[in-house]
This record gives sequence, C-alpha cells and structure tokens, in this order.
Amino acid sequence: MSDTYTLYNSTVMDHFMNPRNMGDLKDADGIGEVGAAACGDIMKISLKIKDGKIEDARFKTFGCGSAIASSSMATELIKGRTVEEAMSFSNQEVVSALGGLPPVKIHCSVLAEEALKAALEDYQKKRPSVPAPSRTTQLQPMAV
Amino acid sequence: MRHVFLDHQSTTPVLPEVFEAMRPYFIEIFGNPSSLHQHGLRVRDAIANARSQFAALINAESADDILFVSGGTEAVNLAVKGVAYANQRKGNHIVVSETEHPSVLSSLEFLEKQGFVTSKVKVNPIGWTDPAEIRAAITDKTTLICVHYANHDIGTIQSIAEIGTIATEKGIPFFVDAVASAGWLPIDVQTMGISLLSLTPHRFYGPKGVGVLYRNRRARLVGVQHGGVQEGGRRAGTENVPSIVGGGLAAEIALREMPIRIAHTAKLQKRLWDGLKNSIPYIKLNGPEPGPQRISTNLNISTEFIEGEGQLLLCDMNGIAVASGSSCVSKSLKISHVLAAIGLDHALAQGNIIMTLGKDNTEEDVDYVVESFQKIVQKLRGMSPMWDEFERGIIDSVIKPAGRGKSFSEHAAAVSGKAAH
Ligand code: FES
Repeated sequence: MSDTYTLYNSTVMDHFMNPRNMGDLKDADGIGEVGAAACGDIMKISLKIKDGKIEDARFKTFGCGSAIASSSMATELIKGRTVEEAMSFSNQEVVSALGGLPPVKIHCSVLAEEALKAALEDYQKKRPSVPAPSRTTQLQPMAV
Repeated sequence: MRHVFLDHQSTTPVLPEVFEAMRPYFIEIFGNPSSLHQHGLRVRDAIANARSQFAALINAESADDILFVSGGTEAVNLAVKGVAYANQRKGNHIVVSETEHPSVLSSLEFLEKQGFVTSKVKVNPIGWTDPAEIRAAITDKTTLICVHYANHDIGTIQSIAEIGTIATEKGIPFFVDAVASAGWLPIDVQTMGISLLSLTPHRFYGPKGVGVLYRNRRARLVGVQHGGVQEGGRRAGTENVPSIVGGGLAAEIALREMPIRIAHTAKLQKRLWDGLKNSIPYIKLNGPEPGPQRISTNLNISTEFIEGEGQLLLCDMNGIAVASGSSCVSKSLKISHVLAAIGLDHALAQGNIIMTLGKDNTEEDVDYVVESFQKIVQKLRGMSPMWDEFERGIIDSVIKPAGRGKSFSEHAAAVSGKAAH
C-alpha cells in the first residue's frame, strides 16, 4: 500500500493521533463529565478559569476517534475565551474547525459541547457567591 | 511497517491460481451460459464443473443441488424467503437462533411484516444454541429452522448435526448459514441433516460477487428474483461466470487444504490470545475458549475502559486490519447484536475488537500484533476517563471486579442521564 487511506480527514486524524490538551487539571475550577445517549460514550473536560477567562482546558474521552478529535479541538478552541463567550460555544464550531465530520459522527462533537458546558456549570456552581477579583480559595474537583 | 491482515471474516484475497483460472472468462470465454451456440455451451461446462467442486466441499448428494447467486447475503435471502413462501400453506412459523447474521434476521423481519412468526432461540453466555431449545420452540406451524454453523462475530460452533437430527425427525427444512465457516470447518450436509446451506467463496480465497445456496431436493423453495430461467428457475439473472469458475477452484483447494489451514490458524489463534491476555490486564475473550467449540480463525475480545473504534483506527495506523462490534463503529450506533445476545456488559461491548486469522498470517505477525496492541491499549487508557476513575476506585472493573466503586453502566447512565444500550 503506497497511500494511506483514512476514515476521517487529515485534521481529525491528526487530533485523534496527537490529541492536544489530553489529561486532567490538578486544581480544576470546573469539571464536566457527560455521556452520549446515542452510543454510551463518555467525555470529561476540566477547566482552569482565572478572572472570568479560561486559562487552561484538558479532556479525557472514552469514545470513538471523532469523539477524541472533537474533545481535543474543543479544548484548543476555548482556551483564552471568557466564561461568557464559552457559554455560547457550539459543536458546529468544532465540526468546522475539524474540517467536517461524517454525519453519523456529529453527535460526538455535541458531546464535546456538552462536556464543556457541564464544566462551566460546575465552575459557576462552585464559584463563591460574592465574586472576588482574585480568588484564592482552592476548589476541589467534583467527585465523579 | 509490518502489515497484518486480521479481518479474514470480512473477506480474503483471491489465490493467484484462482485468479488465473478466472482470467480467460472475462475476454476470451465471455459467453452467456443461456446462449445455445458455442460460446454459451462452452461456459456451461465450466459452470457445471464449479457446481461439482462446491458440491464436494459440503458433500452434497448431487451437483444439481448447488445454486449460484450473487453472494452470501443473497443465498440467505433466497433460503429464508424461498422456503417460507414455498410452505405458506403448511405454516408460517420459523425457528431461529438469536445470533444469526443480520442477513437472516433482517429477512425474517421482512417476513414478519407479512404475517410470518419467528421464535428467536436464546444462546448461552458463549453464544451456543441448545438443540433442546430449538426442539422446544418448534410448533406444528413451523416450516423452517435457521441456525448458523460458526458465528460470524464470536466464532461459536453450533451443534448442527444434533439440530439436523431434530429437523429430520420433525420433517422440517433446516437452513444452515455457513458463510462464516465454509472452507474452514468440515461440512457434510448429508450426515448433518442440512436441507439448505449458504456460503460464499470470498471467505476462503475465492472471488467476491458469487454465493452458493445448497438445497436438497426434499426442501421446497420458490425463487424470489424473477426474470429468465437460470438456476433451474430458482434464481433469475445471468451467471457471474468468472467468479463461479474461480469460486469453484477456491472450494476445491479449500477442501484439500482444510486440515492444514485449520491447524495453522488454530496454532496462531492460541498464540495470539495467550499473548494478549498475558500482556494486557482487563481483557476478555468473548465466545468459547480456543478449541473444539470455536472456529480456529476467530478471536473476539473486549478491552475494558476503552472504546473499539479508537483501537481499530490505531491498529490500522500500525498496519493491522481488525474489526469491531462497538456501537461507535456501527452505522446504527448499536453494539453488535451478538454481543448483546450473550449478555455482554455495555462497556465491554464498546471495547470490542474482532481479529480473524487466515492461512497467510505468521507467528511473527501475531507477535507484532500483541506488541502493538499492548501499546495501543496503553495509549487509549491514558486518554480514558474510565481508566482513571477505575484506578481511583470510582468505578469497578467488570472483568475482574475489585469490589469497589459502581459499575461502568451505572456510571454511564448517571452521566448521560440515560441507560446504556
Ligand atoms: S463516541 Fe461513539 S460514535 Fe463517537
């Protein structure tokens, strides 16, 4: 075989083979873990948030190649965004940044959106009611 | 990079001598066997020869019992629908094992919409259909029993001769789907009490595009494809002559080499499974242990805490071709119905990989697969939240429970708000 054929486009394959931001964040400010109703897979996104801005993001995924690529891309895209901006994040952005996904795999990118939103919700839940400009409280990762 | 083809259940390469035998039938000997001139008559002889070669593979009484169709799926469709329709006045009930190939189950679903009734007989945890349960499911309206020989997914060998005895005793046609086993397991339709049997040569180094339906003369069958009077009026359409000729030769060689092929793949099967289970923790074999109850070519494994498509893709990037029954791999987003039927936990079904061996695989191939697969599993577990949660005691292993944490399925249901299927 001289050529390599791939199931997904080269961007998706790259993010699957060399995922960005894979792992957990030690002192995450928000952690979201969600499951795909369609196929039963699981994605977890951890966020480090400072002054209302996403400083760092990590993912862990139990799922197909497109789910791994979607979570890799989603964490890349949201780094540097404000919490407010991130609240309106949509899976469409992941799909276009990846250069498209097969129709049957769109739900894997929805999983990335949901995991991110769950992490943001977790962050907001944990946030002290009186927002302080610089927070010193150490937040415990959600027991999952 | 080494290339290892471990998906012989999907198809096999054509043997060079088979290809050579087919070659003249494209340009030189191109006639239509229905023609009455030299071109047609010459081709008829070639088809008759292939019929005898296939008849020998399964020990059919007569070469006339071999019908050529377009592939395994068509052979199954013709058997199931053809027998059901032919016996409509006698009854409308069909007994089937629940782990049949989708071509059998979908044909039955189609018939159910027309008023036919099916009884799906359950299998045990290794995928074996108890002949006693087949017997118990038979009613006075039963006109067909369908049980596969070796399972396409988990390799379980069914007790065909015993079921054949029951079918003969009750006078009910017995259809055996042997697409996943012909060429790899000895078949004797006469002593096994088989009335109809489907197979395709592309699973044993013959070409695609041709299938065989064996049907003994006692089993009534009506055609489901209409047109010309080919194949004794039971299958209209011009014969795929080159594939029939090549398939016949592949059948002859498969019969001759069967003992060698079985011994070779059985040895590799054991080496592969031993290698995998000794180097990867939390891995499970689905279906029977290698031995008399399992076809020598098949290994169906579940690697816990990771999903199958990722494993498949990484195998492919390492030159290893495998298949998976994970829901992420299927177009319907459902786990393999066979894995569901044996009661496999959803998490394990998601981590499923199917490796099917062939005559050209070597020990070096197997060792390379073991070594690569170990790394692949490690990489994917490193990315998996489940592995991490298992290590932290939040969820437990299904394969080797540590007695702490909840099950993956409970956990998955909690995070998705929906029970896993
Ligand atoms: S995670 Fe299951 S299909 Fe993508």
